[in-house]
Amino acid sequence: MPTLLDYRRRVRSVKNTQQITRAMKFVAAAKLRRAQEGVFAARPYAREILRVLRSAAARMENISHPLLVRRGEDKILVLVLTGDRSLAGAFNSNVIRRASEFMREHSSKKLELMVVGKKARDTFRKRGLEFVGEYLDVSAKVEFSKAKEISTKIADLYISGEVDAVYAVYNEFKNVMVQNLTVQKLLPIDPEVVNREKKDGEKSLASHAGPDSSLPMERAPRGDEFLVDYIYEQAVDEIFKALMPRYLETEIFRILLESAAAEHAARMTAMDAATRNASELIDKLTLQMNKIRQAGITKEIIEIVSGAASAMS
Amino acid sequence: MLPEAIELQVVTPERHVLSENVQALEMPGKDGYLGILPGHAPLITLLGIGTLTYHKGGQTGYLSVINGFAEVLPDRVIVLAEISERAEEIDVARSRASLQNAQAEAAKPGMPEAESRGAEAKIERANARLQTASKGGNARSTQDFQRSGR
Repeated sequence: MPTLLDYRRRVRSVKNTQQITRAMKFVAAAKLRRAQEGVFAARPYAREILRVLRSAAARMENISHPLLVRRGEDKILVLVLTGDRSLAGAFNSNVIRRASEFMREHSSKKLELMVVGKKARDTFRKRGLEFVGEYLDVSAKVEFSKAKEISTKIADLYISGEVDAVYAVYNEFKNVMVQNLTVQKLLPIDPEVVNREKKDGEKSLASHAGPDSSLPMERAPRGDEFLVDYIYEQAVDEIFKALMPRYLETEIFRILLESAAAEHAARMTAMDAATRNASELIDKLTLQMNKIRQAGITKEIIEIVSGAASAMS
Repeated sequence: MLPEAIELQVVTPERHVLSENVQALEMPGKDGYLGILPGHAPLITLLGIGTLTYHKGGQTGYLSVINGFAEVLPDRVIVLAEISERAEEIDVARSRASLQNAQAEAAKPGMPEAESRGAEAKIERANARLQTASKGGNARSTQDFQRSGR
């Protein structure tokens, strides 16, 4: 039977763990807030890119771009986004499981793998897989230059014909409690994106749920945005050509931000639960400890009383 | 009637850099600088690398702009730059260091073309930043650098 001292030690150790989980929860909350701000801050830029892209496309006779070209999907690039650290609940393992599933479904094709985050890299490396690209230390502070780097690499692979399609597997940030595991096709870009007829409803930065930025860009009436007769300083197709990669960059930037926000949210939730569990454990252990202490005291009193009784008689 | 001011918005993917009502501005178009006054015809242009200058009630502001594009409307200009900083935000010491690095890189003989072009782009960016900073009177330069003991 554990002694009083054993209980004291255990309570102390659980308390220490609780302090750590609590601190991690606060850190995750701060990072989550920053990631969320990033998601909102990225929206106006993406929305404008899309708007100008469409208005340029509306003026072109033949819309063609290497990133829009469709080929038979024989070679597929899978972009897997995880975090760099664990202790984020099921966040990392969910993504990795979904990515593995996806690769099994497409095992008849030639698959290439690109990873973001140490967790994905380590897991897939253990399985003996090779990567066309790996990007670490992204989620702590998502920077646009990282998105650009990844996007350039992906676009190069696609345009050179080394891959025929690019899919991203990542956690989409819904809210603090919910992350949506998503498989999204990045390339070829859906021609509907640049199609001016279909303005709303598609999944892109421009139409994402959540509080919108307060930028007065919204002021342009939605309906007539293509009616403005712009002068194009450069030829329309040159502008279009310059904007397509920018669109891909903003999409990847969004995915990086979503994944980072989801990771921090998952960690925050996990650490919150851990802190609560520690509290419960401490309560239970303290109760046990007090019972033993009480039993000890009772025993001592009985000893004194019975000792006194025998001395009297 | 012509509008009296232009609402200037400068946005990058990471943040909203500037929002001001200005009387005039010049920005680095891909094929040369563009001067914009209120009532300009609607225009869309790609941006190059350089300094965006805006004039507001006798005051002048400077921003570095690196790639992107701009949409001009009679009473509004939206600049969507990949990177943009106000003159006073520019880290002069860092830009100078990256300029020197890039120059050293570009001077190396026998470089593959892609890399030397990359170095040239870096030089151009660093130069644009430094010019913007000096125009904006950002003098946090070598003295600070030395004073901080590095």
